[in-house]
Amino acid sequence: MSGTKRETGFTFTIDGVEVKAYAGMTIMEAADEAGVYIPRLCDHEGLRHQGSCRVCTVKAGGRSVSACTQPAAPGQAVENETARLNKMRRDLVEMLFHEGNHLCPICEASGNCELQAMAYRLDMTEATRFPYLEPCRALDASHPDIALDTNRCISCGRCIRASQDVDGKGIFGYVGRGIHRRVAVNGENLADTDAEVSDHAISKEVCPVGCIIRKRVGFVTPIGEREFDKGLIGHEIEEKRK
Amino acid sequence: MDNRHAGMNGGTPPSCVAAPVSDTEIAEICEKYGNDKHRMLDILREVQDRYRCIAPATMDKIAEKTDLTRIEVEGVASFYSFLSLTPKGRVTIRLCDDIVDRFAGLDAVAHVFEDVLGIGIGQTSPDGAFSLEYTPCIGMCDQAPAAMVNDIVLTRLTPESARSAAEALKAGQAPEKIVAERFQELTPYERVTRMVDNNIRHAGEILLGPVPEDAGLQNAVKMTPAAIFTQIEESGLRGCGGAGFTTGRKWRFAASERAEKHFIICNADEGEPGTFKDRVLLTERPHLLIEGMTIAARAVGAREGFLYLRGEYVYLREHLEQVLEDRRRRGLLGQHIMGVKGFNFDIRLQLGAGAYVCGEEGALISSCEGLPGEPKTRPPFPVNRGYLGYPTVVNNVETFCHAARILDRGAEWFHAQGTEGSHGTKLLSVCGDCLNPGIYELPYGHTVREVLAMVGGLEAAAVQVGGPSGTMIARDSFHRKLTFDDLATGGAFIVFGAERNILEIVEYYMSFFVHESCGYCTPCRVGNVFLQKAIQKFRSGHANPEDIEYLKELSGTIIETSRCGLGMTSPNPVLTTLRNFPLVYSAVIKPSKDGIRDTFDIQSAIDGARKIAKRRSYIFDKDFTQ
Repeated sequence: MSGTKRETGFTFTIDGVEVKAYAGMTIMEAADEAGVYIPRLCDHEGLRHQGSCRVCTVKAGGRSVSACTQPAAPGQAVENETARLNKMRRDLVEMLFHEGNHLCPICEASGNCELQAMAYRLDMTEATRFPYLEPCRALDASHPDIALDTNRCISCGRCIRASQDVDGKGIFGYVGRGIHRRVAVNGENLADTDAEVSDHAISKEVCPVGCIIRKRVGFVTPIGEREFDKGLIGHEIEEKRK
Repeated sequence: MDNRHAGMNGGTPPSCVAAPVSDTEIAEICEKYGNDKHRMLDILREVQDRYRCIAPATMDKIAEKTDLTRIEVEGVASFYSFLSLTPKGRVTIRLCDDIVDRFAGLDAVAHVFEDVLGIGIGQTSPDGAFSLEYTPCIGMCDQAPAAMVNDIVLTRLTPESARSAAEALKAGQAPEKIVAERFQELTPYERVTRMVDNNIRHAGEILLGPVPEDAGLQNAVKMTPAAIFTQIEESGLRGCGGAGFTTGRKWRFAASERAEKHFIICNADEGEPGTFKDRVLLTERPHLLIEGMTIAARAVGAREGFLYLRGEYVYLREHLEQVLEDRRRRGLLGQHIMGVKGFNFDIRLQLGAGAYVCGEEGALISSCEGLPGEPKTRPPFPVNRGYLGYPTVVNNVETFCHAARILDRGAEWFHAQGTEGSHGTKLLSVCGDCLNPGIYELPYGHTVREVLAMVGGLEAAAVQVGGPSGTMIARDSFHRKLTFDDLATGGAFIVFGAERNILEIVEYYMSFFVHESCGYCTPCRVGNVFLQKAIQKFRSGHANPEDIEYLKELSGTIIETSRCGLGMTSPNPVLTTLRNFPLVYSAVIKPSKDGIRDTFDIQSAIDGARKIAKRRSYIFDKDFTQ
């Protein structure tokens, strides 16, 4: 929110809790500052807002909007933690599980995975009714320090934005359309690009799942001591309010 | 996916194996478009037309010339249906695979092409001469089955006419010679009308009746922008593309936005299956359309505009280019229009490349900018920040035509036609099971039954109003009215007789949305695939009573969480038929005897393994006994 004049502040409510915001702020930015967590997957601190996963869908002014892109409006009553919204969010998370090949027990990201953590937070505890698409996707281990297992990719595009905007490289991009749309690399394979393991796009925090793999550092943190073993996803934001 | 258009989910397509293309030639194409990344669609279309393929090395060169990364170029090249990363034949035959074409005998026509050319749908002949494929609705439903052969359109195909066309092509005849022996000697307008019939069945007073030349524009140049907005607002004109936003307000919003430039875009990306009214306006009333755009430019203060023509209407390109050139020559476009100092406006024709979603105004703007046709985040709205961030008015072809007529005849004249809230006339594109398919210009407010009587379709069992994103109604709703408040339509009016299978239609429409979703947001990208699969389950007789609830819940999530109008309406074929044809669903539902859901079909799951093992089952294979 740098560059925004702070004097034009206003308030609105999220599930009845009064939240302060400034002109130009999105609902999610204001919520984060106030310690109200709105679930999200494609949005990540420091990256452009994309509004593609739709997990942050909230009700504002009677309409469903993505909280990460919708500007906050004075006096507006926003609904966030309702049974209906959480049900739809769970549907979306289930869609992402069923669209790819997500096998948590054999995934190095288990415990650090935001998709898995979101499923826990949204009570995805029963067998789902959706069909599995079981796509056939490639593994790219061409790069000496990095591997990509696109079976686990959820098309959040965080790596794309991090590489373009933070690293100034553009290693990743979207190709294809519809159900065939996917994240691809700028070349024949990852070794063909100027990707480096020190890139922000490759860092642990950018890929929410286990798609971008840094070679030779797997299982450094044992299962049981991983990020979401400590608390539900979003707890750090919610703790601001306590 | 079990989709006639789609292949497997994921996986890398084989790269282009055609002869390497010279870098100099690619550089020349890029330079022709000023090495401008915003002209990417034009660059890629030209590369595709010339080399029938966009190869990786070509993408590298284009990226270098336009100062992009290769993945950005690939993102565009892989998005549009008419662009290809693998080599296509010198002649590409695209058979229109709309449900109306299917019911009109598409299969027989497709078999003839397969037979004569010796290739299957989706294949390219080994000698690189032909590609044969299906494409969604090309806007010829009133003369189905239809096909595109490169830039030529063939209509009313029969197995016989398909055979003679295929044989002529195989003998090396140029596609245009199928239309007319002396095609080159015809004027662009003659070529267009030789290929495609207008089928105007009822001309109304506003658009298809006699229209004086540029009478609206003559009035507009004497008026202030404020007076133009007021007149358009008072007429009650609403957008004719489907959404129905008040046109005058849209123009006023864009004009009130302070900016260095403003843009006017005409949305001629008429892609809703069963809709072909803009095709007829573009053929018969192109001057009226450009007049309307010019009036909008005058009011909003725009100097540049685009006419975004869907790739399927490429056969109209020369005709429209000629109209633009003619108007430039007559001082109706360009500098000092009609002699008014400082009234400068010109229009560029932007051709699409096969993507229904580009009819969404944000996606259309993305496409004009040379990007994949993905909708933009709203807000900001196009009237505030549209093309390249400048305030932009996007209106449908019919809307601009109406606006020009309103400036000629006045707001009251227009307002008096139609009904309260839905003023003026509407072009209906009528097709399907009726005697007289074609274009009907009618004032708003007619009932469905009245229209059916007019078109010779009173036997209808169902009517799809507004195309798949609209409403499917049954006989008990034929008293409903065609207005914005009752049955809104962008123009489609598809008649289905009692012999048609409603679930087949629904499944086709879902496969259409699966094919046309841009894939940006989760619910539309994934949810529509699930919805299509669920309908397949009903069709194959594996649905349980709970599956009705599943369809409703899944549809609800897709509608509420999707990012643009495509996903917000794509479950409509399912929801409106569930509501209006409940018996169609309940008739195929089977409660399971043992309480086990039929979702998992063990036979098909182990089928592959059984084939490999060459084992048959005493339990599952009924014909197999000990």
